[in-house]
Amino acid sequence: MATKNPEQQILDQGLVVKDPGPNEIIGPGHDYKTVTDRISGVVYLPWKSTPKRWFVGAFLSFLLVNVLAVAVCYLFLRGVGIWGINIPVAWGFAIINFVWWIGIGHAGTLISAVLFLVKQDWRTSINRFSEAMTLFAVACAGMFPILHLGRPWLFYWLLPYPNSMWLWPQPRSPLEWDVFAVSTYGLTSLIFWYIGLIPDLATMRDTAPQIWLQRVYGAMALGWRGSAIHWHRYQKAYLLLAGLATPLVLSVHTIVSFDFAVSQPPGWHTTIFPPYFVAGAVYSGFAMVLTLMIPLRSWYHLQDLITMRHIEAASKLMLGVGLIVAYGYGLEAFFAWYSGDKYESFMYYNRVFGPYGYTYALLILCNILLPQLLWIEKVRYNLLMVWLLSIVINIGMWLERFVIVVTSLHRDFLPSSWGMYAPTKWDWMTYAGTIGFFMLLIFLFVRALPAISIFEVREEIHKGHEHGEKALEGATV
Amino acid sequence: MSEHVALQEFSSIHGAMVEFSSPDDLMIAAHQAYSSGYRRMDAYTPMPIEGLAEAIGYKKNYVALAVLIGALTGATGGFCFLEWISGVAYALNVGGRPLNSWPAFIPITFECTILFSAITSLLCVLLMNGLPKPYHPVFNVPAFARASTDRFFLCIESTDPKFRVEETVDFLRGLGGNEVSVVPA
Repeated sequence: MATKNPEQQILDQGLVVKDPGPNEIIGPGHDYKTVTDRISGVVYLPWKSTPKRWFVGAFLSFLLVNVLAVAVCYLFLRGVGIWGINIPVAWGFAIINFVWWIGIGHAGTLISAVLFLVKQDWRTSINRFSEAMTLFAVACAGMFPILHLGRPWLFYWLLPYPNSMWLWPQPRSPLEWDVFAVSTYGLTSLIFWYIGLIPDLATMRDTAPQIWLQRVYGAMALGWRGSAIHWHRYQKAYLLLAGLATPLVLSVHTIVSFDFAVSQPPGWHTTIFPPYFVAGAVYSGFAMVLTLMIPLRSWYHLQDLITMRHIEAASKLMLGVGLIVAYGYGLEAFFAWYSGDKYESFMYYNRVFGPYGYTYALLILCNILLPQLLWIEKVRYNLLMVWLLSIVINIGMWLERFVIVVTSLHRDFLPSSWGMYAPTKWDWMTYAGTIGFFMLLIFLFVRALPAISIFEVREEIHKGHEHGEKALEGATV
Repeated sequence: MSEHVALQEFSSIHGAMVEFSSPDDLMIAAHQAYSSGYRRMDAYTPMPIEGLAEAIGYKKNYVALAVLIGALTGATGGFCFLEWISGVAYALNVGGRPLNSWPAFIPITFECTILFSAITSLLCVLLMNGLPKPYHPVFNVPAFARASTDRFFLCIESTDPKFRVEETVDFLRGLGGNEVSVVPA
């Protein structure tokens, strides 16, 4: 408590935190205390030292949240007719954005659960942040199907509960599966995130500079005292949760893809959808992790905890998953031709050369062609390039959902039922509003809670102790 | 035991605690304490240390069993509920299709399995560990504030049959830690 906040020192003295390069996950010279102070220092920073960019960003996000509030209020007044949806394209932006957001959430679970099971040490300093991203993305995703209901205030009719009419939802419908998949995913992600936070909240309780902060963190830490027996149960539960979250994350986007694949329209009724949706979800999720992580580490001088190792590993994973997505696009084209089904082949022709052909061209550019730059090592080490590419991929993955939803629906089997779809300003306002909501939650999260898991970084230091000493010896010789 | 307690300035004590600066020293001390016959003790560390719980005599962890029970409850409960909804409570005849269309119930059954297991593992971390716990005696030791940052503690509790305040404090002093303190209850 008496020691000065290291983040404040960096700001006061204009220190430059060096990135230890692509082989290290933690910069040199860190011990249990310094990592604790560095990570919690970001949270304890007084308001006057908080970066100006934080205020600008949080304020802009808050404005967008207001835009969302306006759009939603008007929607409640007038109904979904204010959106561009109609027959034949009844799904429009709401479902495009739902699938996009839920996909973004997937990288968080992948980083925290799958990389934990396969013992990837670089997950440690980015898992907390990615899990928070998952939670906020699922919150944004969950809004859309509910707003898309004709009477959103009756959304609880989707849940099976005993009611006076003795009506029950249809458990054979993928839309009902979706309700269970998304709510389970949201809840499990919250549990996973909170369990991971408890030991760090205890640290914050013991180190916070003000008494009221100690009380707030203390209440959230639930009296955690780091007992060896508690840790033993804790680790077992954490491992089991990771094992549970792994099939869960695959099931969620699989079920989202069933919303499409179980129905009849050409372009939707394909068996490739589940794996192809999961790959796309992970792809966009990693892109969003990079979009947020690169500014975060420079704003808060965390270059020695989120290093080039993390950024490079995430870029490589993104490139690899992007190739699976490209394979999915290729197979869609192959099925359209090989099936010999005239509706399927027309759907593909229409997707590429029809009135929405430009979205398909942009999609291929954003999701397949431009990301190939990541093969080049120089590009992967160039933060600006990685950041721009991650945004390009985010846009590309949004376009993918646009292409899937709109081009399949707008021209189905009967030319007499064809139509066009165009989003209205209310569509755009709702979409932009959820981006603001997501960003605002991220801004508040990095200000209020440790964005990097402190105790897991301590574990890495404990494990890497001998390795670190050897490296130091090598340096002196 | 009361005559030992009377030796102390505190009306009752929780135990005696020693502080270490490194997890390895704590591990050695934990082994020594256990081999000297102490059984009721606990170690406090800012991160999980492999083998420490076993070193102080902790044997069986029931988390996995509890989560398995949670998973089975979720699976059977979810599946039976769906069967009941669509076979009994709200049996809709759609063109003569079977009411017991179990393959269509698998996705929700799976989600229920995961949901119940996840909630069970949260409950395991909280209830088995006795959390939330607003008050615990170890926090009475001022140095314990660093137990969540960079200090490692071993506490022999007064409920241990071998616990005698002075002897135990002397024993802990001999372990080579930083400071030994008596923990008031």
